[in-house]
Amino acid sequence: MNAAQSRFLLLAMSLLAIFFLYAPIVSIVIYSFNESQLVTVWSRFSTKWYAALLHDDQILRATRISLEVALLSATGATVLGTFAGYVLSRFGRFPGRTLFSGIVMAPLVMPEIIMGISMLLLFVALEAAIGWPPRDIQTIVMAHITFATAFVAVVVQSRLAEIDVSIEEAAADLGARPLQVFFLVTLPLIAPALVSGFLLAFSLSLDDLVITSFVSGPSSTTLPVVIFSKVRLGLNPEINALGTLIILFVGVIATLATFRTVFADWRGRRKVDAPA
Amino acid sequence: MDVLRDDGLQPWAEKKVAPQLRISNVVKTFDGFTAVDDVSLDIYRGEFFSLLGGSGCGKTTLLRMLAGFEFPDRGAITVDGLDLLKLQPYERPLNMMFQNYALFPHMTVAKNIAFGLRNEGLGPDEVEKRVKKSLELVQLSTFSERKPNQLSGGQRQRVALARALIKRPSVLLLDEPLSALDKKLREATQFELINIQKQVGVTFIMVTHDQDEAMAMSTRIAVMDKGRVVQVGEPREIYEYPRSRFVATFIGSINLLEGPVIDFGADGSRVECAQWGGPVQVAQDLAALASHHVAIGVRPEKIRLARADDSAFAADNIAEGVVKEIAYLGDSMLYRVQLPGGLLVKVAAQNLGVWFAADEPVRIGFDASAGVAIDK
Repeated sequence: MNAAQSRFLLLAMSLLAIFFLYAPIVSIVIYSFNESQLVTVWSRFSTKWYAALLHDDQILRATRISLEVALLSATGATVLGTFAGYVLSRFGRFPGRTLFSGIVMAPLVMPEIIMGISMLLLFVALEAAIGWPPRDIQTIVMAHITFATAFVAVVVQSRLAEIDVSIEEAAADLGARPLQVFFLVTLPLIAPALVSGFLLAFSLSLDDLVITSFVSGPSSTTLPVVIFSKVRLGLNPEINALGTLIILFVGVIATLATFRTVFADWRGRRKVDAPA
Repeated sequence: MDVLRDDGLQPWAEKKVAPQLRISNVVKTFDGFTAVDDVSLDIYRGEFFSLLGGSGCGKTTLLRMLAGFEFPDRGAITVDGLDLLKLQPYERPLNMMFQNYALFPHMTVAKNIAFGLRNEGLGPDEVEKRVKKSLELVQLSTFSERKPNQLSGGQRQRVALARALIKRPSVLLLDEPLSALDKKLREATQFELINIQKQVGVTFIMVTHDQDEAMAMSTRIAVMDKGRVVQVGEPREIYEYPRSRFVATFIGSINLLEGPVIDFGADGSRVECAQWGGPVQVAQDLAALASHHVAIGVRPEKIRLARADDSAFAADNIAEGVVKEIAYLGDSMLYRVQLPGGLLVKVAAQNLGVWFAADEPVRIGFDASAGVAIDK
């Protein structure tokens, strides 16, 4: 095979892969502007499903709940996950480290359905015993924190592994107490990991269906739960409109994040290149 | 060798003042491996003291115990009478310069240097003044607003030094301070470090695996091997009078001529050395080692080389041999001369324009004062 052939093959494979990944998304966007009630038959262009979406109280409420849950659980998971990651990478081989590490990382491999059932059982038993927690946002947030913490811990731990311990030792050597070392040196250095951990936890929470459907109550359905129940009654073009909006939202955020990184890189390089 | 240290400071010999830093019988083990084995050292104010040894000899562990990042299993460490083992790293009056500098990457040079003054309760004006002064000391005044990743290796090294000195520590610990620099820069920096040390008058304790560095910079050197200090002394003492085979071979290059002591006295001794082809004369009185099996150490640069037919050649110990290998080093030539007994003798000759060819029969010789007896 010569160079031109292999280049052609590479291009063809790439296009195929891109088509495979993005064709469904593109079709959602296109059909969100379809006037017809039928999801698979194109009649003519319309934005009526977007208008309908704005008046759908159930979806608006679910969106608000989802964002609230995602914000709270991402915050909680970031705090707990940072502590866990810090302990795992900086406290040496303390007794019970393997057990602790296993417990923290378990949600990464645990089937969601098992986690959902076990948490539901726990919450029910707790409610019977002490009258708390009621099955609403609180239970959803607790469940989401539980699995998202593992992801944040992994991200933070791997970032800490890259940072030379002697930087923290240097801070201690220069008179900084342990808390000062953490807040003045460690935290600024792992900040990018905290941001990505937070975003990861946020999107995992926003996306979660299985666990949420176990632990949520009637007054607190999140967006994925609502969409899923709607779709079961038949596909509705409104869902296409909602999907398009979510894609737009995610796309804008991803683009901004990319620009920020590229810009920071460019600025950093320009400074280094400047003559002494 | 020790021309850089011409300040005539020798409190360890005079023993009039008390040592500033005392390490007494310190032991440290990691999971059954003894990293530091019963080390005792006295270090005096104003010294530039080096801990020299190969990797895994315990020198870095010892330094980290001084800084407070490791705690010994047994033993005591005091500085100016203060028990260091009761203090956490952030409470100790010592500062450390780390091997890879460990600068704070998210802070500017000025902020890096000012970090140590954070808990000193100084006003902002005073902090600025001290940072400015220390930037001048390391000649980095124009770089104060740069981040560490915008500096060269040599500049980073100087920021690390300035940062470690800002708190005016009573002792500065340096972990391989020059190992990350290239050869040329390393030599220039040696002088700079010594000058700065003299200016600030702080005791420096340096860990290094580089014997040239230790020889050039130190007032005294402690040679370490397998967790133990095997010899402490001034560079010249360590080089000229190594007390063990390990020290003799670790510092520089040396020929070892083995045999029993057969004769001794105040005006010299003789060692029967079959490899040399007869008795070897040394200037030392080896009464204490009578009939011991010893090694006579002779440095290659102290052995002279002559043509086989050079009848004017004179030395206390002479042997005949054949040149086997030649290495041209520019400023000197390194020959390996094989004696009839099979022993290869290393001979370093200054490049004076006299050449010996491979397989040329030669005479080699050294004076009685050039050899030193080593019994361990």
